[in-house]
Amino acid sequence: MKRIENTFQNKRNILNVYITAGYPNLNDTIEIVQKLKKNGVDMVEIGMPFSDPLADGPTIQNSSQIAIKNGITLELIFRQIEEIRKTVSIPIVLMGYYNQVLQYDDTTFFEKAKAVGVDGFIIPDLPLDIYQKQYKSSFENLGLDMIFLITPQTTDERIRLIDNESSGFLYVVSSFAITGSKSDIEQNQIDYFKRINNLNLKNPRLIGFGISDKKTFDKACEYAEGTIIGSAFIKALEKSKNIKETVKSFIVNIKK
Amino acid sequence: MEIDKNGFYGDFGGAFIPEMLYHNVNELKENYLQIIESTDFQEEFKDLLKEYVGRPTPLYFAKRLSKKYNTNIFLKREDLNHTGAHKINNTIGQILLAKRMNKKRIIAETGAGQHGVATATVCALMGLDCIVYMGEIDIKRQAPNVARMKMLGAEVRPATSGSKTLKDATNEAIRDWIANPVDTYYLIGSVVGPHPYPDMVARFQSIISEEMKSQLQEKTGRNYPDKIIACVGGGSNAAGAFFHYLDNENVELIAVEADGLGVETGKTAATTQIGTEGIIHGSKTLLMQNSEGQITEPYSISAGLDYPGVGPLHAHLFKSGRGTFLGATDKEALAAAYQLTKLEGIIPALESAHALAALNKIDFKPNENVVVNLSGRGDKDMETYIREMENRD
Repeated sequence: MKRIENTFQNKRNILNVYITAGYPNLNDTIEIVQKLKKNGVDMVEIGMPFSDPLADGPTIQNSSQIAIKNGITLELIFRQIEEIRKTVSIPIVLMGYYNQVLQYDDTTFFEKAKAVGVDGFIIPDLPLDIYQKQYKSSFENLGLDMIFLITPQTTDERIRLIDNESSGFLYVVSSFAITGSKSDIEQNQIDYFKRINNLNLKNPRLIGFGISDKKTFDKACEYAEGTIIGSAFIKALEKSKNIKETVKSFIVNIKK
Repeated sequence: MEIDKNGFYGDFGGAFIPEMLYHNVNELKENYLQIIESTDFQEEFKDLLKEYVGRPTPLYFAKRLSKKYNTNIFLKREDLNHTGAHKINNTIGQILLAKRMNKKRIIAETGAGQHGVATATVCALMGLDCIVYMGEIDIKRQAPNVARMKMLGAEVRPATSGSKTLKDATNEAIRDWIANPVDTYYLIGSVVGPHPYPDMVARFQSIISEEMKSQLQEKTGRNYPDKIIACVGGGSNAAGAFFHYLDNENVELIAVEADGLGVETGKTAATTQIGTEGIIHGSKTLLMQNSEGQITEPYSISAGLDYPGVGPLHAHLFKSGRGTFLGATDKEALAAAYQLTKLEGIIPALESAHALAALNKIDFKPNENVVVNLSGRGDKDMETYIREMENRD
């Protein structure tokens, strides 16, 4: 069974944590993922730093810029994941932008990612129809998952289409905001989560954008299989003097 | 030469956008043609272009310039438009569209500030809120245009991310649109961005070649020229000047990019020369990037040509060979600006000076009819012209 599918079958209140590869220092990626796993994180999303990350907020963009300055490359990210896979078996999702994939050569990129132990991808600017036409069959052959976003403005009809075409899980964007810009969950968001739950979709859902602490984590878990935390964790790393301690206290505070 | 149903010119175009933008872009895609082709829209659009913008702009036979190059050179005087450049053709069109889509809040990106001023102008005209994103560095470089936008009632928000220039202002505007999807209209300034923007902006700018046809008929007895020369950053003035001649193979379409300090120096904005295929701001096109797909910073003395991509129409013209692509360096553009000023008494914008500089790189036959699209006037560039004039003496 695929790692992501297995995780959703066996765990509840899933915590998926986003990190920017090569941040804060070039090779911190490996230690951070190891420590996340050790402290009970169920899945990690590794961001491939991009110069023009349209779907990300200022915190993640800033961390991406620093990582690029640190010298991060896709080749190095693959080597880091290879190293991580020696000790860590939780699902790894790669997040990045379509231009990066194209410049690496798309076919080679997905095959290489699979070979080093990546389970799924979030490529926010990859159109659904291009995925269907160009990648879906090879994803099925390779056993990879392509994860798509849905937002409060995505119609029921389109949510069903996305659900049908994708696998792994659906990334539920909690609000109109870009990542890292809200601190509470409001009633209209809850109505939206309920609307999605009533659609009887085949894929499980993780709620992301605006999940920053125990309160928002717990609340989001009431309406989905789990959550994704990104900017809040990057902010914690920004101020960190000791990565091991930062990861521990951040995760313990959410999962306590 | 038209886009296909997915918004592609050949291999280029499309809408590579995150789901957060899908609704907005799709709403626009579903509505724009029907609205802008309606009689009611066309009447209001044409009326404003005439009474407010001051169109049609003259097609001026430049006698002394023609003598110098031993051919017939006409200048399409977009510099005489209200606000000083072709940019307003597009902002008038899009503001009328935004109104018909019941949008109350207008956002835009700007580099040098020309599109920002043109947007702030139409927002004042229509009484709509206007927020212009501008790179923090550009705000410092273009203080007079920042003041103009503020006087027109716009809020100028600095883009502090990334390289703090046009591409980052564009990213910030897109993020604003993601955060405000219901009441906000994103008024893009060039033939770039996700479909339908490149097609829509080209249609609004096509008034340039529409007028050229009847003006050439009257002046030369033929409704097309032998050559059209236009500068290309994102490429909106060139798209408008080429539009009605895209399928007329008798017309050579010459696009002039900013070579900056020279293509070989890397300090350049000549996207077709050093760029490769990829995705920028939601569109598949040619762009300046490294092997990792990171978008790199362009350089040109002209802020309006200082963009690391090129519209998908132009990428297609380049790849298919339909367009001829030339470049002009900072120095060549400056020399061409001083030359036009002395020969014809017209101070061109630095962008348009790049198109003029290409005159030195083309072998003309006597009696050819050549149109140079004079996209803007040089008022905004006086500081540069004065500084460089002192350097020359």
